[in-house]
Amino acid sequence: MRIALAAAICILTGSAAAEDTSQPLPPRQISWPFSGPLGTYDRGTLQRGFQVYKEVCSACHSLNLVAFHDLAAPGGPGFTLAQAKAIAAGYKLPADPDDRGEIFDEHGNRLKRPGVLADHFPPPFANEQAARANNSGALPPDLSLIVKARVGGADYVYSILTGFGHKPPKGFAVLANKYYNPYFNGRNISMPPPLNKGSVSFADGTPATVGNEAKAVTTFLAWASEPNLEQRHRLGFQVMAFLVLLSGLLFLTYRKIWKDKH
Amino acid sequence: MAGQSTYVPGTALTRWLDQRLPILRLVNDTVTTYPTPRNLNFWYVFGAILAFMLGVQIVTGIVLAMHYVPNADLAFGSVEGRIMREVNYGWLIRYTHANGASMFFLAVYIHMFRGLYYGSYKAPREVLWILGVFIYLLMMATAFFGYVLPWGQMSFWGATVITSLFSALDQIIPHLGSAITTWLWGDFAVGDATLNRFFSLHYLLPFAIAGVVMLHIWALHVPGNNNPLGIDPKGPQDMVPFHPYYTMKDAFYLALFVLFFAFFVFYAPNFFGNPDNYTQANPLVTPPDIVPEWYLLPYYAMLRSVPQKLLGVLVLLGAILTLLFIPWLDRSKTRSCRFRPVMKKLFWIFAVDCVLLGYAGAQSADAAWHLGGMDLPLVWLARLGTAYYFAFFWVLMPLVGKLERPKPVPESIAQSVLGKAGESK
Repeated sequence: MRIALAAAICILTGSAAAEDTSQPLPPRQISWPFSGPLGTYDRGTLQRGFQVYKEVCSACHSLNLVAFHDLAAPGGPGFTLAQAKAIAAGYKLPADPDDRGEIFDEHGNRLKRPGVLADHFPPPFANEQAARANNSGALPPDLSLIVKARVGGADYVYSILTGFGHKPPKGFAVLANKYYNPYFNGRNISMPPPLNKGSVSFADGTPATVGNEAKAVTTFLAWASEPNLEQRHRLGFQVMAFLVLLSGLLFLTYRKIWKDKH
Repeated sequence: MAGQSTYVPGTALTRWLDQRLPILRLVNDTVTTYPTPRNLNFWYVFGAILAFMLGVQIVTGIVLAMHYVPNADLAFGSVEGRIMREVNYGWLIRYTHANGASMFFLAVYIHMFRGLYYGSYKAPREVLWILGVFIYLLMMATAFFGYVLPWGQMSFWGATVITSLFSALDQIIPHLGSAITTWLWGDFAVGDATLNRFFSLHYLLPFAIAGVVMLHIWALHVPGNNNPLGIDPKGPQDMVPFHPYYTMKDAFYLALFVLFFAFFVFYAPNFFGNPDNYTQANPLVTPPDIVPEWYLLPYYAMLRSVPQKLLGVLVLLGAILTLLFIPWLDRSKTRSCRFRPVMKKLFWIFAVDCVLLGYAGAQSADAAWHLGGMDLPLVWLARLGTAYYFAFFWVLMPLVGKLERPKPVPESIAQSVLGKAGESK
């Protein structure tokens, strides 16, 4: 049923796309475990997603707003504090001035120190110009809020990541240093296909297909955009239940008081 | 009606205070014993809801201001990095404040349409209505300043578009508009100086709103409430004391409203937002469509429906200022649309018109409806909608007031509520 539906959508949108390549395809609809009023993130998926971000995405994309201690926070990927500390120590960040008041060593290299829990993920490039120079003029966006910053949210991010490899329709010009991706606005994207089969090797034995990698990293980025989602959903349920009860009691009081006035 | 005070201080202390500052008498007379028509329906609960929402916005806003940094380089990070991630329950306070603005406007629009339908602007309540329009204007200004503060793309470009409206004055006196725009910005572009003053004004204006709300309540309590029948109360049998009758009714509907509000805060916190505002402001990158928040969309549609900039700005201003003249545009002796068959129809067309204008304002400027091979540009829908907006107030309202034959109104509120007996128990 679902495959038939997907095929029908492909045919329908495919035929439309043949006419109008100026518009991107609507994102693929995925049923995410974190959507819906009681949705939560899957810890295993978040940890695999972190691995994909660390080993693939972080080569070009920053994650400026996320701190290492977030990795061990409730509702997150569920790393232990010791694991998060080890992850932080694996990153080298610019150090404060040393005893001589210098921030460069005798060879002119910037002094570095290992990261601590309070640090944020360091960006891959020193500034926007350096990022553009390394990416044929394109600026890889920061990923801290990417799922909330795009229409379609997680579906959109997943569609972009898995949207490579389609044949461009006849007459569609793929520009120099660009790649065809039908889900991207304009369909010419500067990002090369980031995920391949086996791009990472998951420790828990999950097959490293493009689909699994994309799902994992999209989940991780959804968490990065909305780290308090689980707390929000849980508290929301309590608040709504309380308000329903309160409304009921207020209604009975209201009816009783007005009984002789109608 | 404001009558003789019935307050009797119960203790020596309250007697002592009453002779020096009769504040408890004021509270008693305005909240407890205030005589209110007994037939107010559901649509009258939004006044109390609005007072509650003003409180919510001020309290959450003050807490947000403790963590927010009004600096063009740091503002986005202070909201998205600090408030949303580091501050305890910062996400709750921020989502409450952001969605609270939408709830506030939703409630104020229902409140305004209710006043329009039941003729609550007519004598002796003209000043009450005008104070309400002032509150609405202050609300729009406050919401606009507030939307700029997170310093996302829509914040920045929305601020640029709205402040640039003043440059239309260049068409009357060269350089006047640009000079005003530069003065508003405090710079030659929207930037750090603009953000700082908008923050200052965003903190100030809610207290101005609170002040006008006091006047609004005062101006309500002198003539007393209008009611769905639009007739004046004839005596105590038509009234109930505000407490406990309306305090309880308002409390119940307020709880339902908060339930609705909470749904958005907890389960769809970005429903009213624009994804572009999760990208930090960048003066070098213009978003494809600059769209204001939903509550300003009808005016935005009117502005864009006029091809000439200055005229467009005048239409926008005129649409809002028109509200001030309604008490004198409507000449009908009958207040409530319940007894005005023609006005009632025109009112509902007006309500639909406002929704259609909002819809048109949300679409991109060159959007069109495809109807069986025909292209209907939405700008024409907006033009039609704008024409009806002005015609409704300036042509139909005075005309219908003169020509319409209203249905007979009931003898009294008590008679209408209790049937022919007309006697209260």
